[in-house]
Formats: sequence, C-alpha cells, structure tokens
Amino acid sequence: MATDIEKMIIAASRLLPKEGAVYVGTGMPLLASVLALKTHSPDLLLVYEGGGVGGKPTGRLPIQVSESLTYENGIIVGSMDYVMSLAQAGWIQYGFLGGAQIDVYGNLNTTVIGDWEQPKVRLPGSGGGADIASFCEKNIIIMRQDRQKFVKKLDFLTSPGYFSGPGEREKRGLPANTGPYRVITQIGVYGFHPETKRMTLLELFTGKTIDDVHENSSFPIDISDNWRYVKEPNNEELHTLRELDRDGIVLT
Amino acid sequence: MSIPTKETYLYGWQHPDKMREYRKNHKSMVKKDKRTTLKEAIQRGVKANDYIVFGGMGSVRNPMAAVHEIIRQRIGNLTIGTKGSQHDWQLLAASGNITKAEVSYGFADEVRGLSLPARRAVESGRLKVLSETTNAAFQWRFTAAAKGLPFYPTRSSLGTDTLAYSGSKTIIDPFTEEPIELLPACYPDVAIIHVHRADRFGNCQIDGNIAEDVEIAHAAKFVIITTEEIVPDEVIEKDPAQTKIPYFTVDAVVEVPYGSHPNQVPGLYSFDEAHWQEWLDASVREETTQAYLEEYVYSSNDFYDYLEKIGGIHVLHELEKIEKKLVNYPKVAKRRGE
Repeated sequence: MATDIEKMIIAASRLLPKEGAVYVGTGMPLLASVLALKTHSPDLLLVYEGGGVGGKPTGRLPIQVSESLTYENGIIVGSMDYVMSLAQAGWIQYGFLGGAQIDVYGNLNTTVIGDWEQPKVRLPGSGGGADIASFCEKNIIIMRQDRQKFVKKLDFLTSPGYFSGPGEREKRGLPANTGPYRVITQIGVYGFHPETKRMTLLELFTGKTIDDVHENSSFPIDISDNWRYVKEPNNEELHTLRELDRDGIVLT
Repeated sequence: MSIPTKETYLYGWQHPDKMREYRKNHKSMVKKDKRTTLKEAIQRGVKANDYIVFGGMGSVRNPMAAVHEIIRQRIGNLTIGTKGSQHDWQLLAASGNITKAEVSYGFADEVRGLSLPARRAVESGRLKVLSETTNAAFQWRFTAAAKGLPFYPTRSSLGTDTLAYSGSKTIIDPFTEEPIELLPACYPDVAIIHVHRADRFGNCQIDGNIAEDVEIAHAAKFVIITTEEIVPDEVIEKDPAQTKIPYFTVDAVVEVPYGSHPNQVPGLYSFDEAHWQEWLDASVREETTQAYLEEYVYSSNDFYDYLEKIGGIHVLHELEKIEKKLVNYPKVAKRRGE
C-alpha cells in the first residue's frame, strides 16, 4: 500500500517526458525525477541550481543541490550563471516547485506568512523558485493541500503563476508559453484550464472525493468534466522509489 | 500580494566608475605573498556593519572556519547576502553577528528541514530582512559587478512581490518593447571563499561546481580565500585552465584544512552527518543553540581546536572515505523535535 507521499512522487514522475530536461530540487522533485529516469524517461536530463547537469548518482541521492553527487556520472558542471542561463534561454522545459501557499492561478508563496515587515512565520524565500517559475514551460507544483495552503489571497507572491488570469504573464514580460502545468497534492492532480488559467481538478487519488477537493481549499476549484482516478502505483514504480530512498529521508 | 512600504530596496550598489576607482587604489597586479593567519585575515577584512557574502552554495564548500573566527571576534551588525546560503550564515544569525539580510534562499537546510535559529532571529526582530531576491538574481547582481556594469537584465520574476521587495527596476526593453527586469550590481564589502587549493598569491583552483564564486571574487571589495591547501606556485602555473579565481582579486590567503566542516568539499570530504544531527538537535531551542556555540566556537582557540572536539583525525579521515565512497553513507541528519 503506497503512502500519500509515495503516490504524489509517482504521479509527478509520470508527468516527466521520455526525453527532455528538468530543473530539480532535493527531496520529492529529485525522487520523482530519478524515478522517471529509471522507469520511462531514459533521456531525461536533470539540472541542479548549483551547476550540476545530467548527474546519475550512485549509492545515495543528493541532499543538496550544490553537492558532488549532482554531477556524478554527469555531463557538465558549471555555475549558477550557467544553469540559470540554460533555463532563461529555454533549454529546460520542466521545473518543480513547492510552496506554503498557492492561489487559484498557481501563484506561490515561499517567503512569509503574515506581514513581510514583521512576519509571523519566515519561510526560506524564493531561492531559485521564482526563476524556475518564470523560465520553465511546464512547472509541476508538489505540496500538501488544506485550507491554509490553498488560499484566496497569498500573503506574498514569491513565484509567478498566471497572476490574475490569461495573458497576464505575457503582459508582465515573462517568456511566452511558460507557467504552472500541474499541481499534485495528497488529494489529486490539478491542471490549469487553457482559457481561464484557473486550477482545475483532473485526477483524484483512490479513496479521495470531490468533497475532499473543495473542503481542503479556500478558493473554488473547477472540476474537469473528464476527471478520473489516478492510476495506482505499479510494483515497479513503488519498488524503485523505495530503493531510491532506503533510509526514508523523504518518504518518511 | 503584499504592499511594499518603500519605493526601492536597494543595497550593495555602487556606480561602476566608483568601483573602477576603488580597484585602482586597492587591488594590485604585484604578485605578493598574501598568506596569513585566519585571525589576522578576519581582523583586517571583516568590519562591523560590513556587507558580507560567502562562497560555495547551500552547505557545500562554505568557509566555516572563517565563520567561527567572525563569531569569536564578535564582529557585529553584519549584513549578509544569502545567495542560496545555508549553514554559514545561519550560524552567524544564531550567534547574533548578522543583523540584516538580503535574502534569496536563507531559512532552511533543504531536505534537513527549516533553520530554526535563523527563523527565530527574524521572527523576534533580532534580524531584519532588507530585501528579497532570487538565486539567479543574486548571481547576476554579482555578474553585473564583475562585468563593470550598473545592472544585468533578466526576464525572471517580473510582476512578483519578490521583485517589488528587491532593488531591481522594471523598464521597457527597447528591442522587444516588452518589460524587462534590471538587476542592480552588488558589491559586497567582503567575500570569503573556501577553495580546494590556492597558491600563496591567491590564485585558486576549485573542483566541481563553482556556484557564483568567480563573480563574487571580482565584485567584492575585500576577498579572503581560505583553502584546503596552499600549493607550490608551479601547480597553478602548469595548468592555468584550472584557475577559477586569479590572484589580483584576492587580499588574503589562509590555509585551513577541513575548513568547511561539517559541510562537504566536493571530492575531498563529505558532510559530517553525526555532527549535523548534533547541531540540528541543539538548534531547536535558544539555550541549546547558545550552548553549542559556546562549546564548539567561543571556547575553541581556533579551528584546529574545534576539529579535535568533533572527533579529530579519526572522524575527518572517515569523512574522506565517505566522499570517495569507500564506506557507506551514514544516516542523513534531519530536523527533529519541535
């Protein structure tokens, strides 16, 4: 029986293409990306903010985006300038993001809860989040869902989603055809409607209901007419994933 | 969305001509022997109220020995640029030496969890966040400084609060006729960079990823290099392609073996997970955080003294074997408790 976290990581890994490049952070994004690499994405290029490109680490997974395992058996290792330039120039289609708050248009807050001048909770900040959210074509957001996290209004807009709707990213000068692609929570998988750019339920995890979707969001979520259940993790996915994190650094 | 109370959040910027003048007066092409002690380098290079940045990224290849020395010398009111920074600045936030920060990433240790001392500092008001920025933006602020430009353009973060709370300006790009963000150059007062090897003049080799260290070395007013080893001049001369930081940007060179402990120096030694767990456990509460600092930093005469306390050559040799994958990786340290 897969846990919520395992189901979310496996769902994320399935979104990654057979070939392409993905900007990864440590934790769930890294597990999803390496799982994809080992199952259906043999030509997936993993890119890390620290400068590592294409690493295929052995023994354990990187715990820092700048450590030596990010480029072990890799392609090239450079600087922050190099990998961020790759993203800005359009080489990296996929990105992973997380957040403490998200709104209906996929805008994210990873900076503060409460007032910026005197925060109730200080969060890490943008890091590379706003960069990845600005540059990548298909950003996958992984986060837990509840009413405090799915908010009507962010306390701080750290990383850009679709702002207030269609055309708003382009109006502000962000690269064309970029933005949030999917949101994966413990309840389901959401996309963004091509016309409204509003978050829309596409798939539910087994055992979850449409009521769960609404009860765990402070904003209304549209439900796709063609919504379906997420395919259960298969044995290969689950076994490979657990092998990748034998010590349970992320999975527990 | 949040409403900024100020028109700009600009720090660390200078007119490029002023910095050309500064370099003319303070940097030299004369190949001088710049070796010194850590104590002397920090005394000379780090002043109260300085804007400081550290090399490496996250908790990899940070100048931890220099961080300890700053804490011991009780140099206060420092402003930090947290450019994807973790353990180095968090220890200085815990000790209270840093009171202001420009933040791209600064309050967490990736998979290990959130940094509680840094959070306590800002949530209690002991530490003031001056501005927000992003990892790419910080890199390119140093790039602008290194290139002698007032700004560097980017298409990142347009329209976000991150940008509204930064020193950037948005203008209409005359070519595309679309908005573009201009990142202001950033000139730290002092940069401390830990490298794999350097010669006595300050020419540095760094193996693996170089983060933003090349640009930082060219941007900062005073540059301290701590190095795992000082090598004979010929090591640099016979392979200039490996030189990442040239001597003329450097003001002081200090040999500090294992100078990044408990963090990783790629290819040389691994993270010390046992010590990391000790720090993470101590950092949960203010009293235990201060006790950690007392035991390992204030009451240590120097970094060699500290290295003995964490287990000495026995532990350090083990960390080398772990990095070379001659032994299995230990359990990864994570935040536990509160």
